[in-house]
Amino acid sequence: MNENRIRYKKNQQMIIVVLLLALVTYLSSVLTDFNILHGLATLPEAFIWIFSNLVVTEESLERMPTILDKLVETILMSIAATTTATILSLFLGVMGSKSVGTSKLLGILARFIASLSRNIPVVAWALILLLSFGQNSLTGYLALFVGSVGFLTRAFIEVIDESSQSAVEALQATGATYIQIIMKAVIPECLPQIISWILFMIETNIRNATLVGILTGTGIGYTFDLYYKTLNYHGVALVTVSIVVAVILIELLSNHVRKVIL
Amino acid sequence: MQATTHMKRRSDGRISIKSGNEVQLIMQLTILILTVLTVLAFLFFDYTGLDIQRAIQETAYNLKVMFLEPALSHFGWGEAIYQVGITLGLAFLSTILGAVLSFFLALSAATNLTNEWITKIVRIFLAFIRAVPTVLWVLIFAIAAGLGSEAAVLGMLFHSIAYLVKAFSEAFEEVDKGIIEALRATGAGWWHIVVHAILPSTFTYLMSWTFLRFEINFAVAVAMGAAAGAGGIGFELFMASSFYFDLREVGMITYMILVLAIILEVISTLLKNRYFPASIKN
Amino acid sequence: MSLLTVQQLGKSYNNQNKVLQNVNFEVDAGEFISIIGPSGAGKSTLLRCINRMVDIDEGAVIFDGADVGTLNKKELRKLRTDIGMVFQHYNLVPRLSVIENVLHGRFGYKTTLQGVMGRFTEEEKERAFFLLEKLGIVEHAYKRCDQLSGGQQQRVGIARALIQEPKIVLCDEPIASLDPNASKIIMDHLKSITMELGITCIVNLHQVEVARDYSDRIIGLRQGQVVFDDVSHRLTLERTDVIYGTKTKPVPVVRELATV
Ligand SMILES: Nc1ncnc2c1ncn2[C@@H]1O[C@H](COP(=O)(O)OP(=O)(O)OP(=O)(O)O)[C@@H](O)[C@H]1O
Ligand SMILES: [Mg+2]
Repeated sequence: MNENRIRYKKNQQMIIVVLLLALVTYLSSVLTDFNILHGLATLPEAFIWIFSNLVVTEESLERMPTILDKLVETILMSIAATTTATILSLFLGVMGSKSVGTSKLLGILARFIASLSRNIPVVAWALILLLSFGQNSLTGYLALFVGSVGFLTRAFIEVIDESSQSAVEALQATGATYIQIIMKAVIPECLPQIISWILFMIETNIRNATLVGILTGTGIGYTFDLYYKTLNYHGVALVTVSIVVAVILIELLSNHVRKVIL
Repeated sequence: MQATTHMKRRSDGRISIKSGNEVQLIMQLTILILTVLTVLAFLFFDYTGLDIQRAIQETAYNLKVMFLEPALSHFGWGEAIYQVGITLGLAFLSTILGAVLSFFLALSAATNLTNEWITKIVRIFLAFIRAVPTVLWVLIFAIAAGLGSEAAVLGMLFHSIAYLVKAFSEAFEEVDKGIIEALRATGAGWWHIVVHAILPSTFTYLMSWTFLRFEINFAVAVAMGAAAGAGGIGFELFMASSFYFDLREVGMITYMILVLAIILEVISTLLKNRYFPASIKN
Repeated sequence: MSLLTVQQLGKSYNNQNKVLQNVNFEVDAGEFISIIGPSGAGKSTLLRCINRMVDIDEGAVIFDGADVGTLNKKELRKLRTDIGMVFQHYNLVPRLSVIENVLHGRFGYKTTLQGVMGRFTEEEKERAFFLLEKLGIVEHAYKRCDQLSGGQQQRVGIARALIQEPKIVLCDEPIASLDPNASKIIMDHLKSITMELGITCIVNLHQVEVARDYSDRIIGLRQGQVVFDDVSHRLTLERTDVIYGTKTKPVPVVRELATV
């Protein structure tokens, strides 16, 4: 039966894919010296360790003001990086979009810039910037900014290209200028999606800020690193909890905004 | 004239043209708040020891050296490829383990396959997991389980799972109800349905999502190497920049990462265009 | 002198076969003209050549004394303020309010900055409200456009064209997405634009009946050529068949009719 043969063939393909994946998994484990059994074996122990050591004690709560201070700095840094990146990304997004872009060359340029800033990892940007900007907030801000530009530009290009373009034609026919058309027809039409991406980027950047902070010695990442290196696990726990609370609060807030505007 | 009765005027007596509905209001409010917070951020930044003009000049110079004169000096090409392999390996392991675990978790998170409150619990659990940055997971496991690639893979596993469960469960929810019901009617058990209906009809889709996560995990693995001592090319990047201050080597390593990242991106774009409807984004 | 002269107009997209060829006609101020013809005949292309939304390949379009094909950017902008356009799919910004969409018609008269800042004078806003009232949708002025019915949205489109204070309004199948009731309302409004405001109208239509009922003159287009151009009541069934090619007739007959 034909149907059976197709199913048989599909099953065969699935089996081949699974076998291939198993092979690569094996190679990867050898290469990285990863032992899944060892990993699994230590898992219960690890969780016991986490639950007995990573606890917030009263004593560690005394450090709350410092931690909050750094947390606020980190959140502000993430927001600033996102909003300023948004401005640049809107330009690049319009330039790079197929439907409202002005020229092919500029479009390629915009997408090239976005691709570079997205695919060079944030850690690389952080390390490079650290060399000359030193250990201060601006370094972390700039590293996040560069990464955000790449991500947001790609998102905005997609949003613009998927949005309805019919009003653009109508405004052209009224004699409106290019900038008027972008600002008054394209952007308003895409605004809810744009805001949604901005909120998403802020969430992502707060998590990335921790990483960048560890590397550049700024913000909450630095605080975490400090406690971590001095084996102050109660401090580590408190920092982690405060990050979790902050991220979840911001996510809830963003979801609420999204629900209204989308 | 009837028109005047429908006009809304602003406080200064001019005619308003904004619709002033809730959506508009929330969007304006969001933009306003973000703008204010941005200004505040720049006011409160800690600018200690910053000489902005010098910093910009230096950065420009550094970038020039990095990108125009890249070279390896502390290790050779063989070692470089080996380190890249380690990073890819870490990314792959956390992706594939994540995919397997996510498959089972997603079955319990898909609303058409389980009851509502299990779905809810899984989702809340995932939201918590996502809220902890990957680097913290890795560092925490490094002390909890002893340093090594296991810590890195375990740490990276968490976000992979959070990401894939969402994608997988949505894929499962889209499986044709008719197929499931038809099988149920023949008296097939839950596992039978999963193996014979759910898995075959979503397999390519799941594979594509898994690859998309692999692309992300490559970048994460680089980051973990640099920030959490997880080894691989990320660690070499960290050493070249923070230990040897060797810009040429930083440049060469960046190029290697960039090339790989772009290759992965191109493949995932192809997969996305092929297997996903236009509306789905990563 | 006539308001609009189309001379030997020819057009092809990406150098493939000709979408328009040897199109000639004149339009006087205050005329109401329908263009009919089968799908792909080039009706939309013809309208878009008039305000140069697409580039003109051969021949010339003279509007109000200006050779449309040779205008520079600034002159083209000026030209377009004189030409209103109404679309099959209304082409509004769905998320913006009705009144904002109407005022978009004024951008051609503003500097870029004024437009971006949304600086409209009180007279302009009052005029917008006046037009909305005339079109019977003033009570929806502050609603979002995507909350309106198709017929209502098309009236917003007409208001946007009229606030330009145009000399001519080009309508590309304005009623193709509407039910008969809404279609009638829209056609009546278009007709009154010509009758009351003296603004010339060129309307692309698919409904021959509607074209005959409303227009002074009908232009029939087939495969990019004008095969009929006469007052409406001369459009007989036979000639309609020629335009739409519903009955196979030898080509010479077409030529013969074209010279009527
Ligand atoms: N932008 C374009 N690029 C290439 N070819 C086009 C373009 N626009 C139209 N055409 C072609 O030109 C021809 C005429 O198209 P046009 O839209 O002017 O016809 P129409 O008479 O308006 O048809 P309809 O009644 O379906 O709207 C068609 O064959 C079409 O495929
Ligand atoms: Mg058409």
